Amino acid sequence: MTAHHPRLLLAGVLILVLLPWVVGSEFLISFAIIVLYSATLGQSWNILGGYAGQFSFGSVLFFGTGAYTSSILHVTYGINPWIGLVAGILMGMLVGAFVGFLSFRFGLRGSYFALITLAFAEAFRIISNSVEFTQAGMGIYIPLDQHPLNFQFEGRTGFYYVILVFFVISVAIALRLERTRFGSRLMAVRENEDAAEALGVDTFGHKMKAIMISGGIGAAGGTFYAQYYLYIDPYIAYGVDKSVEMLLVSIIGGMGTVLGPFIGSLVLHTINEISRHYIDTPGLSLIVYGVILVLIIGFLPDGLIGLFKRKPKGDDAQG
Amino acid sequence: MFEPVILTTALINGLMFGAIYSLLALGLTLIYGVLHIINFAHGALLMLAMYAVFFLFSKWGVDPYLALVVVIPGSFAFGYLLYRHVIGKLAKGKDQNILLVTLGLSVVFENAALFFFKADTQTLNLSYAYDMIEIGPALVTLPKMISFGASIVIGLALWALMAKTDLGKAIRAVAKERVGARLMGIDVDHIFAMSYGIGIACLGAAACLLMPSFYVTPTIGHVFVVIAFTTVVLGGMGSFVGALVGGFIIGITESIGGLFLGESLGQIGVPLIFVLILLFRPTGLFGAKA
Repeated sequence: MTAHHPRLLLAGVLILVLLPWVVGSEFLISFAIIVLYSATLGQSWNILGGYAGQFSFGSVLFFGTGAYTSSILHVTYGINPWIGLVAGILMGMLVGAFVGFLSFRFGLRGSYFALITLAFAEAFRIISNSVEFTQAGMGIYIPLDQHPLNFQFEGRTGFYYVILVFFVISVAIALRLERTRFGSRLMAVRENEDAAEALGVDTFGHKMKAIMISGGIGAAGGTFYAQYYLYIDPYIAYGVDKSVEMLLVSIIGGMGTVLGPFIGSLVLHTINEISRHYIDTPGLSLIVYGVILVLIIGFLPDGLIGLFKRKPKGDDAQG
Repeated sequence: MFEPVILTTALINGLMFGAIYSLLALGLTLIYGVLHIINFAHGALLMLAMYAVFFLFSKWGVDPYLALVVVIPGSFAFGYLLYRHVIGKLAKGKDQNILLVTLGLSVVFENAALFFFKADTQTLNLSYAYDMIEIGPALVTLPKMISFGASIVIGLALWALMAKTDLGKAIRAVAKERVGARLMGIDVDHIFAMSYGIGIACLGAAACLLMPSFYVTPTIGHVFVVIAFTTVVLGGMGSFVGALVGGFIIGITESIGGLFLGESLGQIGVPLIFVLILLFRPTGLFGAKA
């Protein structure tokens, strides 16, 4: 198991809290925002895929639902985005419960679960692209009105602290999973669902909780996106690309680990920035990233975080 | 309600397009039936084949139907090598690994296409693209008619290959019992790669038949990947008849859905069928077992 050093984690959080005072550059703060945001979304996938072993190919469902919920409430009904954030999280959990109930009740596992989440995301994309409620293919523009009470900030620093809080909460949840019986049971489901069931684990209930937690975190990321970029449309909200990014950062960083999504996100966006700086052609960074993914699956099944883990000598079996 | 003529036209058009879906699904279902893997790179590989057809036409003026003789063997070779040297090597036989490796490959292919070919939508401008043929009360474009006929011919050829040749026999043996097949002296890794190659060759054929009436972009695979999976799951994973029938059902669903629900919402039929089939009959219409 991963050995966690609470002090190290705490020190890490402290560094992140002080970051805006240390680095003055607007560019670095934007970079940090993207890394933390992508890591938060990755953690949403990681809790369901990495800890509970349910590989979702449609986790964008939660992201899009959060983004649309707060945006529609805000633009159409004039409800404050902070309330929209809470509503979005609840809606994300609800969508998680809906998809989870259907899939798990009907016993879909492995690739079948991956496919059905993909199908649901497609269905949501098509619906949001067609109905008036989401302003169809036009997308929703969130009016600019910079005020902290409005979940809009003048500088980047405000957004930075918001996403830092989301990120820390998502990490804390993953950390809880590693230390509670609930988390252990989830991992038992991942390792061998039938055996877990035979030992009396309520596998259905545990998977449901996992997908709802995942849904809540993903939705928070979605609302953040909408408030940060002030725009959302069906392709951003429910397109395949974001689902893929969510699972990429987790798997590359190390799925089923607390910091895997963060490491994956840091690597992805570093590659992204470097390739954008030197060769400004879209696609290059993702080519590199895809190759890394394929190589990691082949040679480093624990992800990049596996590089840092001390391998216990010989007594792997007892560990 | 709609006039019968409009309805028949939609029905026939759906059937025509469905033939291409059948072809995509045949490749996918063959790969699934033999290797027991879900080839997530299916859409991206189709996209590459479509670009091959596009460049053959725009650079050397090769007619897309003539391109069949190049693109089918080319796709086969590409698929064979891809499986032999990348997928098989890296996935080490684990179901989820193969899913992720093929996903990783599709990310690489799509972005390589974006990098080299740019995001522009490319079409062939063929003189005969809009030639119409009368079928009963309906009018159908010539390319659709050809793709319908060709898909059925290719489907039959594939069936003959599987049923009548030694290679087909070996593939079926490996699909049923890989350890037993190995003991009988069949080179299982070779057969895996052959099956993957044949599956990708189907994509090559589909690409040639699609291009006269469709367009290509680096992300075009997304459009087809859900459709192909739906067709395969609907027909029953690993079932040939299922893939053929499934393709037609999906094609008709799309065109009828578009007629009743409009261009945008009409697409909902495919993911809806997908979800319902997965939930209520994951073995599909013709699937043998879960």
